[in-house]
Amino acid sequence: MITELGHFALALALVVALVQAIVPMVGAHRRHAGWMAVAEPAANAQFLLIALSFAALTYAFVTSDFSLQVVVANSHSAKPMLYKISGVWGNHEGSMLLWVLILALFGACASWFGGNLPPSLRARVLGVQGAIGVAFLAFILFTSNPFTRMAVAPFDGQDLNPLLQDPGLAFHPPFLYLGYVGLSVSFSFAVAALIEGRVDAAWGRWVRPWTLAAWVFLTIGIAMGSWWAYYELGWGGFWFWDPVENASFMPWLFAAALLHSAIVVEKRESLKAWTILLAILAFGFSLIGTFIVRSGVITSVHAFANDPERGVFILAILAIFTGGALTLFAARAGTMEAKGVFSLLSRESGLVANNILLAVSSFVVFIGTIWPLVAEMFLDRKLSVGPPFFNMAFTPFMIVLGLILPIGAMLPWKRAKLGRVMRQLAPAFVLALAIGGLAWAMQTGRSLMGPVGLFLGTWLVFGALTDLWTRTGRDRDLTRLLRLPRADWGKAVAHAGLGVTMLGVAGLMAWEEEDIRTVQLNEPWTVGAFELVLTAVNRVEGPNYISTMGDVTLRQDAQDIASLHPEKRTYPVAQMPTTEAAIDYRFLRDVYVVIGDAQADGGWAMRTYIKPLANWIWAGSLLMALGGTLSLSDRRFRVAAGARREPKGVPAE
Amino acid sequence: MTRAGRWWAKCPAFILALMLAFSAPVLAVTPSEVLDDPVLESRAREISKGLRCPVCQNESIDESNASVSHDLRVLVRERLVAGDSNEEVVDYIVARYGEFVLLRPETGGANILLWAAGPLMLLIAGGVGITYLRRRSRAPGTAEATLSEAEEDRVRALLDE
Repeated sequence: MITELGHFALALALVVALVQAIVPMVGAHRRHAGWMAVAEPAANAQFLLIALSFAALTYAFVTSDFSLQVVVANSHSAKPMLYKISGVWGNHEGSMLLWVLILALFGACASWFGGNLPPSLRARVLGVQGAIGVAFLAFILFTSNPFTRMAVAPFDGQDLNPLLQDPGLAFHPPFLYLGYVGLSVSFSFAVAALIEGRVDAAWGRWVRPWTLAAWVFLTIGIAMGSWWAYYELGWGGFWFWDPVENASFMPWLFAAALLHSAIVVEKRESLKAWTILLAILAFGFSLIGTFIVRSGVITSVHAFANDPERGVFILAILAIFTGGALTLFAARAGTMEAKGVFSLLSRESGLVANNILLAVSSFVVFIGTIWPLVAEMFLDRKLSVGPPFFNMAFTPFMIVLGLILPIGAMLPWKRAKLGRVMRQLAPAFVLALAIGGLAWAMQTGRSLMGPVGLFLGTWLVFGALTDLWTRTGRDRDLTRLLRLPRADWGKAVAHAGLGVTMLGVAGLMAWEEEDIRTVQLNEPWTVGAFELVLTAVNRVEGPNYISTMGDVTLRQDAQDIASLHPEKRTYPVAQMPTTEAAIDYRFLRDVYVVIGDAQADGGWAMRTYIKPLANWIWAGSLLMALGGTLSLSDRRFRVAAGARREPKGVPAE
Repeated sequence: MTRAGRWWAKCPAFILALMLAFSAPVLAVTPSEVLDDPVLESRAREISKGLRCPVCQNESIDESNASVSHDLRVLVRERLVAGDSNEEVVDYIVARYGEFVLLRPETGGANILLWAAGPLMLLIAGGVGITYLRRRSRAPGTAEATLSEAEEDRVRALLDE
């Protein structure tokens, strides 16, 4: 019964979304206030209905209702409760439902916080948001319905893929979707502004918090996924340039570009057309990401059965929304006139450089991702584009970006003098050079990557600190820092975060140590400065798996510093093994231990890694997200959000 | 494998990457494969990192647990022990498995587009960007009465008090 209610609510949500897409749009065109006002209740109703539907599906998972196909395929009665709940989105159908739930949530948020928008703009934003809802609700109902029943309900389910039975599943996809889908609001604002034919500083101020929020979520989502891969995969890689990872990385890069260019619109009323284009592209790439993940067209070079119907449907959605928006853009972009005048050397040009680097690097990732498909379709060549390509083609952009970022961030608006900024940044530059040089002198016969990465990371971190330091004024009054707008703090923290991530990436990739060997019980072995000994291997029963667990003692300077328990698990229902690495997390390095198979001579295959600065990768990502959040809480956004009761905020034309 | 295949289509980003890593419970490079000569072994590792596992989604044979990857790793080491250079080993494998196994695509033929795409786009974007900036810097100053940065700081300080 509850399942049917959920199904019905989903169908009703489609109808409401249709109303939300059409009525306010027509109303805004004809200036019917009543029609425009339909948008807000419709957005709320759509959100409530989808939430109801999502709750119904969750209920089916929690109660192990094996009359539902999706529950049978992805759940089991013995599965721990956490994974019964997170299993709701650990499959295609359920994750699409989460996707539209978040889409509707953003639509509802736009109606809650959009009180200060001109009525016609608000109606159009919600209308576009409704149209996206229509497309994806139809996609779910017609190709991926989670409420499809089994003809005969089995006794028990086939269990969730063991790799997904991890707390990571509870958080990683929701955050990622909050990011992907959050960009839909920026898209809706862009399309609405194109229809209105009006982009001004106020528009920049409205669209920026949404982009920031989406970018923060996407940052957290990607970082969590990367960390999850790191501890779950068994060799501690953190980024694989997999098409599906690239699918999340491309919108992230575009969102980063967009939130910078929106500053120029807001402060200087320039780069308007470009910002609109970026907003369209950012969401367009998040749709491309959805297409790549759901259709399997790019990854399925082999006989992996995917549903072509789904791929075609998403491709159609992609073509209609991105194509439509770009057509509208082509027709209207000329009317957007830039106002600000600035010299070649200014904050504005720094941000233009930022945008060029981020956008081009994102296109490089895109071309690398689809090239195998292009080659197969048009050149009849079966080839691969893997990490070596991306490392070579993408990294230079990040190096240049890192080099110019601290300078660009400190250039004043309109007209800058390079000498002044360079003098202020000189200490940071010298320090970074010293640290990079030190690393280069200490290592022998290795690549330049480590020293260059350390140089860039230090340069970014101390560049951000220098930026704050210059804000203390001539008398170096530190209390001024407390009165700085939070956006300035956010900027410094996020830029420093990028530096910390670069330090982590450089440290891990340049100075990792690896050891593979067969280990006998109680016979110590040495890796780098550490001594390890395997004291026992036990068979442990988990709730729905059987584990082979090693007891490893980690020693440094003849002192025990940690007891590690690497595991090898077998999930009998899913008939799949997983490796659970044991990691000793420390500030400057991780020691990462994996247990393998028993060997013929009674020993165990073991892999040990020393991973310098590994945690810094994710610590830096969190700093970036924190910076975004600080910026989001800035006074001018709060003032803008709070101004809804004072309609005089912005004149509507 | 078929189960894993069906799954592939249905997962959000990283989960997929996770799933790729496993097909058998063994470690990728096992102790028995490792060569005694550390120089040859490190060359073998370097080569394996650039060769794609032919049956996996997107893994090098160095990371993959599939049995064909094991065979390829052993093959790479055999060729190295036989005295092949790194390029000869790679050519040997490509001759048998096709250019599909190259994780770093060749630069020849139409692939030049792939490799040149980044620099080309940067040139174009840079050109457009500079043209735009020059036009903005020459544009007649609309009578703007905006504040200088110092004045703005002062205003902010006053507002925050």
